[in-house]
Amino acid sequence: MPTTTADLQTFDLDTDLLTLTVDADGIATVTIDDPDASVNKISEDMLAAFEEVIGAVEKTPDIRGAVFISGKDNSFIAGADINMLSAFEMPADVRALSRRAHRLLARMQNLRIPTVAAINGAAMGGGLEMTLGATYRICTTHGKTKMALPEVQLGLLPGGGGTQYLPRLVGVQQALTMMLTGKNIYPRKARRIGLVDATIHPPGLHRAAVEAAKSLADGSLQIERDTQSFTEKLLESNTVSRRVIYQKAGEKAQKQARGNYPAPPKIIECVKAGMEGGLEEGLDTEARNFGDLVFTPESRALVSLFFAKQKGDKNPNAEIARPVDTLGVLGAGLMGAGIAEVSAENGADVVLKDQNIELAAGGKKHIYKAMKKKSDRRIITEFERDQIVERVTPTGDYAAFRHADVVIEAVPEDLDLKQSILKDTEAVVRDDCVYATNTSSIPISDIAAAAERPERVLGMHYFSPVGKMPLLEIVVTDETSDEAISTTYDAGLLQGKTVIVVKDGPGFYTTRILAIYMNEALLMLEEGGDVEEIDEMMKDFGFPMGPFELFDLVGIDVAAKITEVMRAHLDEEQTNISDSAATLVEAGLKGQKTEQGFYFYEPQPGKPEKKRTSFNDAVYRHFGGSNRTSFPADDVKERLGLMMVNEAIRCLEEGILNDPTDGDLGAVFGLGFPPFRGGPFRYVDQEGAGAVRARLERLERKHGGRFAPSALLTKHAENETRFHDE
Amino acid sequence: MSRSMNGVSGAGSRTPVLIDGCRIPFQRAGTGYTDLMAYDMGRMALKGLLIRTGVDKDVVDRIVMGCVIQDVETSNVAREAALGAGFPKHVPAFTVTMACISSNQAVTSGVDLIRGGLADTIIAGGTETMSDPPIRVKRSVRKRLFEARKAKGPGDYLDLVKGLGPADLVPEAPSIAEFSTGEVMGESADKLAAMFGVSREDQDEYALLSHQRAAEAQADGRLAKELVPATVPPEFDVIDTDNVVRPDTSQEKLAGLSPAFVKPYGTVTAGNSSALTDGASAALLMSQARADADGHTPIATLRDYTFVAQDPGEELLLGPAYAIPMVLDAAGLTLDDIDVIELHEAFAGQVLAVLEALRSDTFAEEKLNRTSAVGDVDMDKLNTRGGSLSLGHPFGATGVRLVTTAANRLHEEDGQWALVSACAAGGQGHAMLIERT
Repeated sequence: MPTTTADLQTFDLDTDLLTLTVDADGIATVTIDDPDASVNKISEDMLAAFEEVIGAVEKTPDIRGAVFISGKDNSFIAGADINMLSAFEMPADVRALSRRAHRLLARMQNLRIPTVAAINGAAMGGGLEMTLGATYRICTTHGKTKMALPEVQLGLLPGGGGTQYLPRLVGVQQALTMMLTGKNIYPRKARRIGLVDATIHPPGLHRAAVEAAKSLADGSLQIERDTQSFTEKLLESNTVSRRVIYQKAGEKAQKQARGNYPAPPKIIECVKAGMEGGLEEGLDTEARNFGDLVFTPESRALVSLFFAKQKGDKNPNAEIARPVDTLGVLGAGLMGAGIAEVSAENGADVVLKDQNIELAAGGKKHIYKAMKKKSDRRIITEFERDQIVERVTPTGDYAAFRHADVVIEAVPEDLDLKQSILKDTEAVVRDDCVYATNTSSIPISDIAAAAERPERVLGMHYFSPVGKMPLLEIVVTDETSDEAISTTYDAGLLQGKTVIVVKDGPGFYTTRILAIYMNEALLMLEEGGDVEEIDEMMKDFGFPMGPFELFDLVGIDVAAKITEVMRAHLDEEQTNISDSAATLVEAGLKGQKTEQGFYFYEPQPGKPEKKRTSFNDAVYRHFGGSNRTSFPADDVKERLGLMMVNEAIRCLEEGILNDPTDGDLGAVFGLGFPPFRGGPFRYVDQEGAGAVRARLERLERKHGGRFAPSALLTKHAENETRFHDE
Repeated sequence: MSRSMNGVSGAGSRTPVLIDGCRIPFQRAGTGYTDLMAYDMGRMALKGLLIRTGVDKDVVDRIVMGCVIQDVETSNVAREAALGAGFPKHVPAFTVTMACISSNQAVTSGVDLIRGGLADTIIAGGTETMSDPPIRVKRSVRKRLFEARKAKGPGDYLDLVKGLGPADLVPEAPSIAEFSTGEVMGESADKLAAMFGVSREDQDEYALLSHQRAAEAQADGRLAKELVPATVPPEFDVIDTDNVVRPDTSQEKLAGLSPAFVKPYGTVTAGNSSALTDGASAALLMSQARADADGHTPIATLRDYTFVAQDPGEELLLGPAYAIPMVLDAAGLTLDDIDVIELHEAFAGQVLAVLEALRSDTFAEEKLNRTSAVGDVDMDKLNTRGGSLSLGHPFGATGVRLVTTAANRLHEEDGQWALVSACAAGGQGHAMLIERT
């Protein structure tokens, strides 16, 4: 029974997820506000709540229009509840859910009254799909307002009607781009492509939505959507040219995913089915494909990474962290400037020190250029650019560190240099300042040996380019205090990084498993392997680049240096360490920095990255001449992939890693381990520990003791257990 | 003549103290900062002060900055500079304008707020670009542009340009002339020098002294102490020294210059005038109580100050001659008690005219209502690190430079009392006493 106050009528509903009120003009407002969560999600309960509200609206003839709005601060609906999807047991259950969402959208669209979705904050996945059922959409210009269908990033597709209603609203090309990339659409663009019909500031959103509903109801507002360009219209106007669009999208997806990701072709299939065969056929295809995708190992792996990332994005000991307002960064090279950039961009003050202020100012220039690119693209304003850049104070003087909460050293990989800089810094900083060294290979305890306060020394291992790579590996010694760890964990989160904490040791975690992988690639080359072929095979395996491309990117000289560090700690007899990296460096081949390594490179005007031109035949001089042997793809993938996986397990065994989740996060986000495999540990779980052990034993017989299965793997194989719980 | 004074002596919890001050190096207009807005420079000076003092941004109660030539895009430049420098949004900021004593006004606004118990932590500063003064189209065109907002069709637009001649399209640059008298400031200085019998040679000699002193202070590092380096986008070249000073100038070179304002018989030249300069400055002021509580060690206490104003036609730049005796009297001091004097050098002729006025019995009797002259200024106490003639004069930023330098000099030259004074367009002037802590 509705209760009535002054001029507002409130409905009694069974659900507490939604409220329904109707004003004196007959405009209903449905407020979406899950009382038990910080954001709204699409769950089965939420669907039921919407069904109830739609039913109430259908039965109330006084209602002339309806507005859907979120009760949360700057968040509309964050997407589908991933836990709900993970809990399904078979495709039919998922299909039923999809069908239920389809029916709901159809009921919304068939209401005799106009509906308006009023979006402030994120409308993601199922949240955005829900708005597609409305007559009219209006969003705020708030910085947090964004819309996306990101299901593809979890190996899924928009199963709530998105593959059908989105192309009908914004066109096939825009819809495919949104669904195949999962990228965010911000208000300005949403308005341009017709994803929303109007924009307004947040405080005016509700009133504007009510007004729109009223105007639509009395016919004074006619919706005209003509947001497509001439070419878009032309291309999408007939079956023949639409076919070209599907084909091109398919080719592009295939090229990027190398067939490793099942979702993109399914998404294209859904759009094609719906646009060519009609809405019903499209919805059928969507429900069927959605059901299938949820149960693919690829999606399971990607979903597991999603949860793993949530863990990495939370500081487990946040309560003991000291505040991080001012960061000192030592060294204004690419790495130091990158660290300063992500810190300043996220609100920290940065003192950037190098040997002199001129060098330090060069680092500030790097940050200015990065920010200017953003302001030119109107991602930030010019004023915001100035604000961010002004947070960075370049200096040649240690004294400027006296107010720093954390100092991160990013100078060249040289133990003596790092130790002397540590001493100079300790002399000026506060006693509670944490000193972090950014090294990819030197053991932290070696550097900390020079420290007065070793409990405040740890490693912060960033990945290049710092602005793009999402991982931070914090490396702690036996002496590092929990407070220091927690403080730098917070610093990493502030910088937008996903954080893992690992124990000190040669190469820590990521460098160690990468070094052993890269070593194996060199051994293959020594056996007569083909550089380009091996690179291609590993990209097929799912790495973003092949091992030799990676050598060129990180620098063959850097790799040679890491080899030296690793050699001192590894059982050489067992490991069979290649000296080829050092040989190449002697021949002047260092990779991208010298424009020649395994490949040739040339600088690109206006871009920091160099462009690969062609393969460098000359490298074969150091690997037995240009007569190469073609290795079977499976052998290559197994040798390289399992070498890395087996070493990762050893890291867990030795306590370098705290848990397999950190191991998965580190390998995927730091090294590009194929995300659809979920990380080394998820990969073993999926393949089965026994099967992996058997393959390693075969490799061991063929190539030697370095492939001997690790003890922990053997244990899981024998007990038929997993690293992760289901 | 009676004006209220702000004389406060002794040390109380509400006594305003200077913790530290700094400036980005001053640059001749059209050189190092030519592409920057006043906002950019103000932001850099504020950030430099923050880093230098380590003051907690959250405890700042107010930010006051002087600026003379306003950019319409940033008319409250103090606020924009403060936000750009990363001050919390909740810290109010305002811009004061009083010609060349704008940032003296910024300092005294802070002093008043602290004394009145309305604030404990103030940042006073100033910023000015002379490289990019706002150039306006003529009133006739502006009027039409305003009306153009209502124009609908091509016909309306055509009507708007009707009657406009080529002369209307020549833009107007602001001139450094008195609005009330139409007199260019250089002419006033020329007139003032003549009134007090200051010769061309005296002026050139004083200008030379200013450059020599600045060059020495630059060479021996005394100036560097009050500078924070600027890194200038987009190339982020580092600017860490003032570039107005001419260490190689000589009496002969100066004598060779032609009069710049009153031709051909005037005495004020480009060589004995301050140059168009870009720059910014900032200083941290606190109540004694706040400084004690937060562990900041003040370098000086800000004592009596005054502002004066005369006829802009007759005595445009003579303000210091009126203001200095007022603050001295208020504190019960004489010029002999003063150890450090920082006097703004708009023109050498203006400085020397002020010194003449101070030592003149006639001026004292006729203008100051005193029986005898204020006294002789000891040249060894005056502007020992150079002044606006040699360091440059970004209008809005000079006052804080004077205060900072005076306080620093008290420590280096082992004095107790410093006197800061400056003249300004509009016929106004200022003086302040600063005591070493």
